[in-house]
Amino acid sequence: MSDTIAKAETGTQAPGHHTNTLARNAGCALELDWVNEIQANRSAVERRCASLGGRRSVKKDAQAGWLLKAITCIDLTTLNGDDTAARVRRLCAKARQPVRQDLLDALGVADRRITTGAVCVYHRFVRDAVEALDGTFIPVAAVSTGFPAGLSPHDTKLREIEASVADGASEIDIVVTREHVLTGNWQALYEEMRDFRAACGDAHVKAILATGDLRTLRNVARASMVCMMAGADFIKTSTGKETANATLPVSLVMLRMIRLYHERTGHIVGFKPAGGISVAKDVLAYQVLMKEELGRRWLEPDLLRFGASSLLSDIERQLEHHITGRYSAYNRHAMA
Amino acid sequence: MSVATFFDSLEYGPAPEADGNVREWLASHNNQFGHFINGQFHSVKDGQTLESREPANGQLLATIAQGSSEDLDSAVKAAARAQSAWAAMGGKARARNLYALSRMVQRHGRLFAVLEALDNGKPIRETRDLDIPLVARHFYHHAGWAELQDSELADYQPVGVVGQIIPWNFPLLMLSWKVAPALALGNTVVLKPAEATSLTALLFAELASRAGLPAGVLNVVTGDGSTGAALVKHEGVGKIAFTGSTDVGRIIRAETAGSGKSLTLELGGKSPFIVFDDADIESAVEGVVDAIWFNQGQVCCAGSRLLVQESIHDRFIARLKQRMDTLRVGHPLDKAIDMGAIIDQGQLDRITQLVNKGIEEGAQAYAPAIECPDNGCFYPPTLLTGVEPAMSVATEEIFGPVMAAMSFRTPDDAIALANNTRYGLAASIWSENISLALDIAPQVKAGVVWINATNLFDAAVGFGGYRESGFGREGGLEGAYEYLKLKSWAARKPGKPLPPVPVVNATDSFEPMMVDRTAKLYVGGKQVRPDGNYSLPVISPKGKVIGEVGEGNRKDIRNAVQAARKATGWGAASTHNRAQILYYLGENLSARAAEFTARLVAMTGAKKTEAEKEVEASIDRLFTYAAWADKFDGAVHSPPLRGVALAMNEPIGVAGVICPDDAPLLGFVSLVAPLMAMGNCVVAVPSERFGLIATDFYQILETSDVPGGVLNIVTGRSKELAKTIADHDDVDVVWSFGGSDISAMVEELSVGNMKRTFVDNGKATNWYDGSVAEGRHFLRNAVQVKNIWIPYGE
Repeated sequence: MSDTIAKAETGTQAPGHHTNTLARNAGCALELDWVNEIQANRSAVERRCASLGGRRSVKKDAQAGWLLKAITCIDLTTLNGDDTAARVRRLCAKARQPVRQDLLDALGVADRRITTGAVCVYHRFVRDAVEALDGTFIPVAAVSTGFPAGLSPHDTKLREIEASVADGASEIDIVVTREHVLTGNWQALYEEMRDFRAACGDAHVKAILATGDLRTLRNVARASMVCMMAGADFIKTSTGKETANATLPVSLVMLRMIRLYHERTGHIVGFKPAGGISVAKDVLAYQVLMKEELGRRWLEPDLLRFGASSLLSDIERQLEHHITGRYSAYNRHAMA
Repeated sequence: MSVATFFDSLEYGPAPEADGNVREWLASHNNQFGHFINGQFHSVKDGQTLESREPANGQLLATIAQGSSEDLDSAVKAAARAQSAWAAMGGKARARNLYALSRMVQRHGRLFAVLEALDNGKPIRETRDLDIPLVARHFYHHAGWAELQDSELADYQPVGVVGQIIPWNFPLLMLSWKVAPALALGNTVVLKPAEATSLTALLFAELASRAGLPAGVLNVVTGDGSTGAALVKHEGVGKIAFTGSTDVGRIIRAETAGSGKSLTLELGGKSPFIVFDDADIESAVEGVVDAIWFNQGQVCCAGSRLLVQESIHDRFIARLKQRMDTLRVGHPLDKAIDMGAIIDQGQLDRITQLVNKGIEEGAQAYAPAIECPDNGCFYPPTLLTGVEPAMSVATEEIFGPVMAAMSFRTPDDAIALANNTRYGLAASIWSENISLALDIAPQVKAGVVWINATNLFDAAVGFGGYRESGFGREGGLEGAYEYLKLKSWAARKPGKPLPPVPVVNATDSFEPMMVDRTAKLYVGGKQVRPDGNYSLPVISPKGKVIGEVGEGNRKDIRNAVQAARKATGWGAASTHNRAQILYYLGENLSARAAEFTARLVAMTGAKKTEAEKEVEASIDRLFTYAAWADKFDGAVHSPPLRGVALAMNEPIGVAGVICPDDAPLLGFVSLVAPLMAMGNCVVAVPSERFGLIATDFYQILETSDVPGGVLNIVTGRSKELAKTIADHDDVDVVWSFGGSDISAMVEELSVGNMKRTFVDNGKATNWYDGSVAEGRHFLRNAVQVKNIWIPYGE
């Protein structure tokens, strides 16, 4: 990694307060040569992921520290048909105070102002979330562009983005048209993504690849590269609605593309695994993967997010166990 | 460090594996271990101990006994006493024992893993996640061979008492690779672990006994090289299985020459790791980590020569260096490391010296600026670039975490560089082009080839080397045969000498001939005069000279080997093509049966009916191996991964054959035909006494489309010619059927290039009996198994 990244300030602050010194990904021209030469050998990728768990271990105080950091990277999410404004307000309250104060005190991190990385909702609830988070620096992310299938008319998608930005969303999670990837139409994917990025304006854009629909690791790798060329600030694995969610092999391939893109362009792109990450052990595995593949800097909330809803509860239980030495229960922690 | 500081720094923090149970076990033995013989530990004699230390910090773990020849003698006797009952209980009963051993290993997995990490210095991750599960897998798999032995291997019997000598790099894993097949198939074992790492073997012996393994079936005698040497020499041992350095392998080969002991050697390597420009480069970089920074690079099959296609070389090396920067070296019980400690100071010094020499010779060294523990034997992961084939770091096995990188231009160039070594253990090939990868795999001289992977092992897949990496296989059916003897073969009796060559009657010595015929040598598809231009007479039982054959010498052998080497395209010829030619040989021999019969009668004094029988049997034998040529297939193994391992029977290369005097035609045909059928090129020394039969035979070769150089015939004095063949470093295998003296000499001289041998040990072979003189037993000796691992998945 470049010196600028290695030396960039690393986080002692909660996400909203993070000195957001990183320049956004400006994108680049569509370089089809880069795309077409990309290979991803599934068996080899799986072996790397399988062995990594044994090569790194995060225990005791270190584990508590890492899990607290993971909380600051959570996009606390509700994306259900039965969501209401009240439900979203409850979520926002949890985002503000994700861990019981007595636990934070006991862990000695009360001064770290720990909140989740963002709250993630459908467009309809953006305004409710923005209001509920008033006074914090917690960003509101909106899923957009015909989430989750992404098959609305292109213009409709752009207007949806604009509407969410107008309502106060500062992060937009878009879904790509899987057909473009499955048919190898990189030009169309590039243009679509470029338009989404433009429509976002100052809001950061996360490109959801829906890796479960793309099926092959090569598709995932190539789509990652094209979306980054078109200006995605983050690349994200899944909507949570596909049959296959985020996995370590898929993530490893995406991280390798982030590194390759950075080497070639100097631009820095973040990563968001989403769906299926529901226990503390899993989140540690992703953090280790990030640290090993991209480095320490990529463990901060401006470059790493976890799209999750029930993960936080499990982390809270682990933190309480760390303090008391007794196994905890869900009902001891406030629900989102 | 507090939670808050970890929150800020996101460092890994300490993650040590507890070692309390292991320390308790050691203490329960007062940290002192005698040999484990006949089901129990023996007391340690004063002054005869060795120290077993932790490589990570030099602390004493335990003292172990230094085995004497008396200790070995009592172990071999215990094994011999136990063997008959162990064999007699039958495969199914032994299967239960092996099953119990695999379950025992699983139950005590962490105890073994922690002890191994402490004793060897390797990371707990590797012992826990790789070594120990594979140990259990080997006992499971071989419990299966025991179960199936009575039905699937009914023609075979156990060897008897097996002496096994294992190295320090994978102490318990190598124990399992050797002990599991030996015990499964009815042998009993005397095991000599490496002096630096004997503790897991002792723990295994103790727990195996507790799991019900009968006394004497597995004996462990600890000690240094002298103990191993005594085991090799012991007359009560029927087989030696050794894993270790090529130098020691040579000594063992020479020591056992002529003893009749069977031998498998798994020796050193300098294996290529080949990356083509269409590889998944990121995964290939990770593959390098698994190849050379696994077990601190102390792996016989480590990919230690990195061959990268020129077009991606610089990019690949840059990425590799970046990857090296994130490797972590630390205490073996730290659960957050990639590499632990080097086995001892001596090995550490050797690595340092070899790397320094490489730098002196012009290589550039890169090692990441990572922390290594202060005391203890640690060496950082190291990459040497700018390496040329002529440098010592490109040819010598370093046996440490050091990769030597070179570039290549084309696939041909890659193969040439890959094969430019005396070794031939393993190879790793990286390309997303399956046509390319599967084209390269058969061309690399190595016993194990991994495609887009490295260092994969399984009990169902044979492991072992070509060339100076040794011979014999471990794992799978190909490995099971190494612990068995064909019953009919074992039953052969010492041969009776032929009546002495009659004295030539001086006054009436020559059989009259119509027209003089000069028998020549047959080299490279041409009749040639012997280099020395001397001849030897062939004398009839009545003392008459019935002809003369050329007296071949060293240079004739040299020329024949050269011709054979040039003809090795024969090995790539289609099996159908080889079958056709062998059939054609049989056809043409049949057409001239009367002539050959007459020659046999004249030379040997056999009755005409006997001679006719020999010619007829020879025709049958050619037809038999013509039949086999396209049927001695390999196997498709199913190791536990998404993929397959192809076990391919490949020709060994250039074969030297010393033919017997008894049955001069049938013996000759019985030996050259299986070798030719499997694609080898042969230099045959026919019966010294009846050489004319082979010089007649070359006329059949000439009429049967046998490509020049595939079968070369050098007549002359067998012993002298055998010596040159056995000595020749470009001969890959020798079959010696000229009596016990020549057998012993051939085995002893084979050490130059560790060529394979297949000898008669002075036992007579009934060449007419197909159950002993033809078939799979011969074919297995005519091939070497290459296992090509092909993981897949898109």
